Amino acid sequence: MICPRCAAALHQRKPHSIGRTWALLLAAYLLYVPANVLPIMNSASLGYERSDTILSGVNYLIVSGMWPIALVVFFASILVPLLKLVVLTYLLVSVQRRSRWRPKDRARLYRVTEGIGRWSMVDIYVVTILVALVQLGSVAKVEAAPGALFFAAVVVLTMFAARAFDPRLIWDALANSDD
Amino acid sequence: MAEIPLRACHECDLLYRIDLKSTARAAKCGRCGAVLLRRRRDSLDKTLAFTLAGLILFAVANSFAFLEFEMQGQITQTTLITGIRALYAQGMWVLALLVFLTIILAPLLQLLGLIYVLLPLKLQRIPWKLPQVFRLVHALQPWAMMEVFMLGILVSVVKLGEMAIIVPGIALWSYGILILALAGSVASLDSDLVWEKVGLRS
Repeated sequence: MICPRCAAALHQRKPHSIGRTWALLLAAYLLYVPANVLPIMNSASLGYERSDTILSGVNYLIVSGMWPIALVVFFASILVPLLKLVVLTYLLVSVQRRSRWRPKDRARLYRVTEGIGRWSMVDIYVVTILVALVQLGSVAKVEAAPGALFFAAVVVLTMFAARAFDPRLIWDALANSDD
Repeated sequence: MAEIPLRACHECDLLYRIDLKSTARAAKCGRCGAVLLRRRRDSLDKTLAFTLAGLILFAVANSFAFLEFEMQGQITQTTLITGIRALYAQGMWVLALLVFLTIILAPLLQLLGLIYVLLPLKLQRIPWKLPQVFRLVHALQPWAMMEVFMLGILVSVVKLGEMAIIVPGIALWSYGILILALAGSVASLDSDLVWEKVGLRS
C-alpha cells in the first residue's frame, strides 16, 4: 500500500518493530561497556598526560569545582544513555506482555525518551572541539580515543532503537482486550 | 459542504475528524497526548523568512573564525570544520563523519529542503518531488544537533578556561543565531498546510 498523497509505503504498524528495537537495543547494551570503560580522549599538556573516560571527565569537572557544568555533562552523558536503555527495555517488555498499565504515561515516557537522546552527543562534540583547539604540538595536544567511537555508536543505536519502536503497540493491548 | 476526512493519531491510531478550517491553534490526542496538528498564522511567510535568514547565517558560520585559542603565546584559530578534519586526520573518520552529518550536513539539507518546498508554494507553484523532499526534511529533524553542539562548546570553554584564553569568533555568534532561526522555522512550520497543497494521485 502506498500513500496516495506523499507516496510513502503504508503499514498498519512499523514493520518488525519489536524485533528491530530489541536488536538495536542489545547492540547498544553491548557497546555501552567499552563506551564507558575505554578512554574517550587522551590529552597532553606541558609534559603532563592524562586520559579521560566519560566518567572521569565528569569527575574532573567536579574536582575542579565546575559543578554546574559537571551536572550538565553527567545528565547528558551518563544519565540519558542509561535511562534510554532502561526505558526502551521496559517499554518492549511491557508491550510484549500486553500490559494495560498506565498506557498514557508509557506513551509519554516514550516521547521523552525519543526527544532527549540527542543530548548525549555533547561529549562527542566536546572531544571534537578540544581536538580542534588544542593542537600546539609539544606544548599541548588532545587526541580522540576509541571510547568516543563506542559512545557515539551507543547514542546512534539508541536513537535508531527509539525510532524503530512503535508507540501504537502500547495501545494495541487495550483495543484487543475490550471484547 | 464536503465531509471532513478521518485522521489517525500518529502515535496511538485513535481516529478523529478535525475540521482544519475551524481549528485555530493546536489539537492534542485526547487518549495519548500526542500533538495531532499545529495551526500557524502566516506559516508560509514566517517559515520562509526564518529559513532564508538561517541560510545566510549558515554561510557566515562556515566561512569565518569559530573559536580562537591562546595558550603560552601561541594562537590556534579554528573554523567549524577544523575539529572534523582533526578527527579525520587522527583516523577517527567514522566520528568525523557523524559530527559532519549532525552539525553541518543535516541542518544545511533541512534549510535547503524547506526553501525548495516553501518558496514555490509561496509563488503558487508545486515543486517537483515535493512529497519526497518534504519527507526528507522531517526525517532529518532528529539528526540536526546544532543546539547540542552549542552545549558542547560551552562545556569545552569551561574546561579550557583555566589554561587558555578563548575568543569567540563571528562564526560562533552566527551559529548561535542560526540555532534560533532554525528553531523558529521549525516552530512556525505548519506541515498540514504543505500537505494540503499536494493533490491525491489516483
